[in-house]
Amino acid sequence: MKTPLSWLQLTHEKVRLLVAIAGICFADFLMFMQLGFRDALFDSAVILNEAIDGEIFLLSPQSDALIAMKSFSSRPLYAALGVEGVKSVTPIYLDFAIWKNPVNRKTRSILVLGFNPSKNIFNLPGINEENLAKIKLQDVVIFDELSRPEFGPIPELFQAGKTVKTEVGDRAVEVQGLFSLGTSFAADSNIFTSDLNFLRIFPQREKGIIDIGVIKLAPDADLEAVLNTLREKIAAGDVIVLSKEEYIEREKKYWQNGTAIGFIFALGTGMGFVVGTVIVYQILYTDVADHLPEYATLKAMGYTNNYLLGVVFQEAIILALIGFIPGFALSVFFYLNAASATGLPMIMTVSRAGTVLILTVGMCAISGSVAVGKLRAADPADIF
Amino acid sequence: MTNDYLLCKKIMKKNGIPVVEIRNLNHFFGEGNLRKQILFEINLTLKSGEVVIMKGPSGSGKTTLLTLMGGLRASQSGSMRVFGEELVGAKQQQLIKVRRNIGYIFQAHNLLECLTARQNVQMSIELQNGISPTEAKAKSLQMLAAVGLEDRVNYYPQKLSGGQKQRVAIARALVSHPRMVLADEPTAALDSKSGRDVVELMQKLAKEQGCTILIVTHDNRILDVADRIVELEDGRLREGSLVDSFIGR
Ligand SMILES: Nc1ncnc2c1ncn2[C@@H]1O[C@H](COP(=O)(O)OP(=O)(O)OP(=O)(O)O)[C@@H](O)[C@H]1O
Ligand SMILES: [Mg+2]
Repeated sequence: MKTPLSWLQLTHEKVRLLVAIAGICFADFLMFMQLGFRDALFDSAVILNEAIDGEIFLLSPQSDALIAMKSFSSRPLYAALGVEGVKSVTPIYLDFAIWKNPVNRKTRSILVLGFNPSKNIFNLPGINEENLAKIKLQDVVIFDELSRPEFGPIPELFQAGKTVKTEVGDRAVEVQGLFSLGTSFAADSNIFTSDLNFLRIFPQREKGIIDIGVIKLAPDADLEAVLNTLREKIAAGDVIVLSKEEYIEREKKYWQNGTAIGFIFALGTGMGFVVGTVIVYQILYTDVADHLPEYATLKAMGYTNNYLLGVVFQEAIILALIGFIPGFALSVFFYLNAASATGLPMIMTVSRAGTVLILTVGMCAISGSVAVGKLRAADPADIF
Repeated sequence: MTNDYLLCKKIMKKNGIPVVEIRNLNHFFGEGNLRKQILFEINLTLKSGEVVIMKGPSGSGKTTLLTLMGGLRASQSGSMRVFGEELVGAKQQQLIKVRRNIGYIFQAHNLLECLTARQNVQMSIELQNGISPTEAKAKSLQMLAAVGLEDRVNYYPQKLSGGQKQRVAIARALVSHPRMVLADEPTAALDSKSGRDVVELMQKLAKEQGCTILIVTHDNRILDVADRIVELEDGRLREGSLVDSFIGR
């Protein structure tokens, strides 16, 4: 091996190296935090989507997110029953209505979800046989106990044994049960009821014109195969067929690209990137500037400019890699603590670690390419 | 060194092809109104194996001429042939090729601070292709021993005295068996004893390798190592008096 000049140059000055590592570590930490919080928020945006117990979803192609749903005929959903591997199908009605706070009569928009209560298709605490039996009754709903307080002290009233009656849309309803879903970007509160009650609350909605079609597969069915068959057979212009993963991705994408939320966190990540770039640039620039006569000497000896560019870039890459490791470790530690402090699910994923590593290398590469400009000042004619 | 090169050197010696041949060289610094001529109609030939000392008052253009001969600066007009290669109008690539056959010794030693004495010397060998790391290391150690630094090979420049650093620089310049050594005031930073030692070492090693040496110096005490002395005054070259007249000083 030839003399590893970049490594020796970097490690020769320990203090400077430590400063560089600390800087990159800090920048990586910033990026990890921003991306972590963003993903945690987006994860919370898809709790409802994830709670639906199904492998395949039918949507209108114009439905981008829970708050932007376009209805479609349930005919293709029932047609799917004829496809091998499909065990059952369930239509879901979903819409927003005005909820009246039963205590102070103030109104708020609430997400109303209607489905056939003869079968439980949600993995949510509180959606159980008992509650499903209740919503079979006319004008009975169950209420999300994690709703924002502006919707009224419904859980408290209910637990105190009081009957909770209020209006949704223009319809008088009664809350006879509680479940836990939680607020998201889409809704500050949710009520679930039967499909029939849903159509009572929204008299303008038509029976059989649904918002989400849920398909449950037989245990031995091949997801890819069924997806392909469904896409061939029933996906026409008015419905798209998505796997659960794709369905959740679609919802996240809407919040990421269609709103400023993604941008704000991207901005935060960008700040981390810029801070890191500036720090690494400072380190590399001073390194080149301090060693200008030495670099000029190498040029005089017959080393090419490309060799020196290589040295500086190698230094950049080495910095990126050894700065990333403590940044990663620090972030894992903070994720664990932030998860317990904020209730947001913060976990280190391989893809996020990969993203930040790539950003770090990019950060150092940019710094390197700016710092090498100084190399041109290393003129071998000046060193005699 | 490769056999090719040795062969080439033999042929050159036999045929007397000069290592450096300068004809009517002029050099200017600056642009427009500030354009100032520094070197005037320089004619100089350095033969293989010669030790030449160049003297001259400060500002006379010695360093400038040295950097032109070494391909560190672009030659402008006239003719500057180094190892038979014309450097007037030469491309960067050609200049780099010429540089690889020259050992430079600077007034400031310009060693790389982050490398040990041995690694500094090795950087010079690594410019040649086809030399294994073990071989490169062995050659570096051998060269450092030749300059009397066998017990300092793993020292960083910071921990070496001025004379020791200059000797490392000499080892670095000579380890690749260059065809020519260019030295600009190599003794200026040294006391007279170590200055003398350093120059004698240079001369001895270079003679063993048969390479040409050009030393720029103000130091009258080292003039006797030269085969020939040339003098530069106000950018014009004058063939100097014979060495003997200086020894008798
Ligand atoms: N890069 C440059 N640009 C413009 N003028 C220069 C440059 N380098 C040198 N000169 C001028 O060229 C002249 C010769 O300089 P040079 O360095 O060759 O002198 P020198 O003989 O080596 O002097 P000294 O003995 O002091 O080292 C000086 O007048 C100097 O001002
Ligand atoms: Mg000079």
